[in-house]
Amino acid sequence: MSSNGIRDRVAVVGMGCTPFGEHWDRSADDLLLDATRECLAATPALAAEDVDAYWLGTLGSGQSGMTLSRPLSLDYKPVTRVENYCATGSEAFRNACYAVASGAYDRVMAVGVEKLKDSGFSGLLRSDPPGDGTAPELSLTAPAAFSLLDPAYCDRYGVDPAAMREAMTHVAWKNHANGALNPKAQFRSVVSKEKIERAPLVAGRLGVFDCSGVSDGAACALIVRAEDALRYTDRPMYVKGLSLVAGPARGAMDPGYDYTTFPEVVHAAADAYRQAGISDPRSQISLAEVHDCFTPTEVVLMEDLGFAERGQAWKDVLDGAFQLDGRLPVNPDGGLKSFGHPVGASGLRMLYECWLQFRGEAGERQLADPRLGLTHNLGGRPGGCVSFVSVVGPEPG
Amino acid sequence: MSPSPYGIVSYAAYLPRHRLQREELGTALGIKAGRGARIAASFDEDSTTMGVEAARRALPGRGAPDALYFATTSPAYLDKTNAAALHAALGLPHEAFATDLAGSARSGIAALRAACLGGGLAVLSDVRTGRPGSADERDGGDGAAAFLFGAADEAVAEIVAHTAATAEFLDRWRVPENRAGEQWEERFGLERYLPLIEDAGQRALKAAGTGQPDHVLLVSPNAAVRKRATKLFPARLSVSGSPLGHTGAADAGLALADALDRVGADETILLLSAADGCDAVLLRTTDRLPAARQPEPLAGQLAAGRPVSYTTYLTWRGWLDREPPRRPEPDRPAGPPSARGERWKFGFTGSRCENCGFVHLPPARVCKECGAVDAMMPVALAGARGTVATYTVDRLAYSPSPPLIDAVVDFDGGGRCTLEIADGAADELAVGTRVEPVFRRLHTAGGVHNYFWKARLTARTAADVSSREGTG
Repeated sequence: MSSNGIRDRVAVVGMGCTPFGEHWDRSADDLLLDATRECLAATPALAAEDVDAYWLGTLGSGQSGMTLSRPLSLDYKPVTRVENYCATGSEAFRNACYAVASGAYDRVMAVGVEKLKDSGFSGLLRSDPPGDGTAPELSLTAPAAFSLLDPAYCDRYGVDPAAMREAMTHVAWKNHANGALNPKAQFRSVVSKEKIERAPLVAGRLGVFDCSGVSDGAACALIVRAEDALRYTDRPMYVKGLSLVAGPARGAMDPGYDYTTFPEVVHAAADAYRQAGISDPRSQISLAEVHDCFTPTEVVLMEDLGFAERGQAWKDVLDGAFQLDGRLPVNPDGGLKSFGHPVGASGLRMLYECWLQFRGEAGERQLADPRLGLTHNLGGRPGGCVSFVSVVGPEPG
Repeated sequence: MSPSPYGIVSYAAYLPRHRLQREELGTALGIKAGRGARIAASFDEDSTTMGVEAARRALPGRGAPDALYFATTSPAYLDKTNAAALHAALGLPHEAFATDLAGSARSGIAALRAACLGGGLAVLSDVRTGRPGSADERDGGDGAAAFLFGAADEAVAEIVAHTAATAEFLDRWRVPENRAGEQWEERFGLERYLPLIEDAGQRALKAAGTGQPDHVLLVSPNAAVRKRATKLFPARLSVSGSPLGHTGAADAGLALADALDRVGADETILLLSAADGCDAVLLRTTDRLPAARQPEPLAGQLAAGRPVSYTTYLTWRGWLDREPPRRPEPDRPAGPPSARGERWKFGFTGSRCENCGFVHLPPARVCKECGAVDAMMPVALAGARGTVATYTVDRLAYSPSPPLIDAVVDFDGGGRCTLEIADGAADELAVGTRVEPVFRRLHTAGGVHNYFWKARLTARTAADVSSREGTG
């Protein structure tokens, strides 16, 4: 795979993020307006009319660029709506960055939104083209698809299922503890390990607390040419690497695939690391926001992203390696687990935490002098998915 | 001497796995429902899927019949030929004729007669439903039987004679919009049937020029006839009725399959079916029978199985409307994609790369392994066995009978597919469990039945009987 990358050519100079949660009183229009107004208000050097173009990410809360231009009353601006499953928000960001890097525009906003709680159903809904009714993903829910990782991982590495259960519990406990420190998170309380393990089962061994929050929310980022960044803020966030891959969905029909890894993530990480000049992610990355849609996903991601040796992540998780005070804090903002997962907004929400951390604005979650941040976003399921990895930092070079 | 150049060259029965205990039914309703168990089709089985199962068992190594006659009183569709779905699931050549003979118990005899006269496959299948507490619910049964008629010199049994008597009277009936049937006082029907049975039976014996038959099988939708089944027409060696309770259009077929499982070579069987008249079919077994009986005898299938609770059974049949999971119902399968994917959806046929051998389920045009384009040959895996690579129980997903159980199945000889597990056996599943594909109805949405394949545990062990219920 070959990608040239746009290391340090664009920078984020403003961000906005609504609280995530069950916003019974807010529409997608409201959330879009709230997030973008927060972003612009925090970037006084740049007025709304100065934004040259928009990329809007949403899985199902609207179609076309008008989903954004109508509620914001944008006057004849280019607005592109993108969708890439649960990596939709990251995809809006990636395309907006490329638009600036290409020279086509100087000031671009990436926006992501999802209004999930209007459907009346639990979990994510899919909207599929008419089909023959044979696709397993039409019947199997996301928690069930990701629950396949658990027994497969135990089987492959000879991990005692009780120990794996403990590791999954630890992931949920950690992300809830982090979310408790985050005023914008959907779930803001520490949850005991006993409560996590006693929760009603959803799929396989996954209980309610092993699943990310289903929520409403929006987030956005203002992207400008790196050389212009200091005109808008004294603390910009520079884009070091951006990678997105879509898998061939081979694992779902390949007996050689063992459901203990996401090859898509491995490829995306290698590409992003190369673009960003990262040779040892474990020591070079200061914080990582990863796609913890379900607890076993986070365990496996630690290995796919190079944060842990194969077959060892469960142990590192239990050793506290990825806690706020660990060697590589993962999901310091609470992650999908407790910040919530309004699909189109999640990728931008991950960047928002890096933004706050680099600016020293993360409150009780503030890490000491973070140098590089990673965001990882995934859409699909084990056996076939899209994966996004970005590397961002507070300094160019 | 046979009236037809065709005889039965192979046969098979299929009984669903679930058993409704009559004592539980009686306790639930506060009635006397007797003892023993009723054979119950699972929520994902209907006359079409059970017919496919019986036909698949009857066909191996026999080539493809050029006609398919499908008999049922519980057709999954009207205005659409259900036999076409069987035809597709069995992978029969498109030149083959396929038709339904639907409506009454006599349709089963019609299928046998048609296949006997012109050759072909007769499939008799039924899901018998009655109101809670009814005799049809308590004493009925669900199942299917298939008979392949081929050259008489290869037959395990020849049809020596068949006679008919027809009479119009109100004994059993059902208007199409009702799920449960009606019956007059059964003794009225009995009085009508007695002379018809005698007449049709004697004429068949006379036509064949034989005396007392070795075996008599007497089936009928009329309960009073069934109660006297063993006393109405004498035989030299055995007289029997329906092996599992009245199964509608499948009843005559299941009785015949059961007889072919146990009778000897060169013996006569008089099959009497008293339904709106009486049909008599006189068969003579050949010396090929003992070596060509169905692999899973009906009596063995009858003895196996796992219990289903009465409330679950009522839910399956639509008599108990339970709260579904808070998930949207699936979309109905669309016509054009289903037609384009007919060999996949109905025949479980994937593609194998001609270049590297990688198997694709569903079929693909570009090889996942070597990238070759349009270098694929079809690979039919309906008869394959596979191993569970991993599995999960999905308590959130929509299912007509939650929870939904899915497994990633790796097939012997290549190919992987995620399939739903049939016959609710979460407690028996493990990585490494052996499974086989079965044709089932996943759900019905927007008036369209979504037929596809599931995976079923291969071994039907004695542990079956005592194992805990896994569905509903």
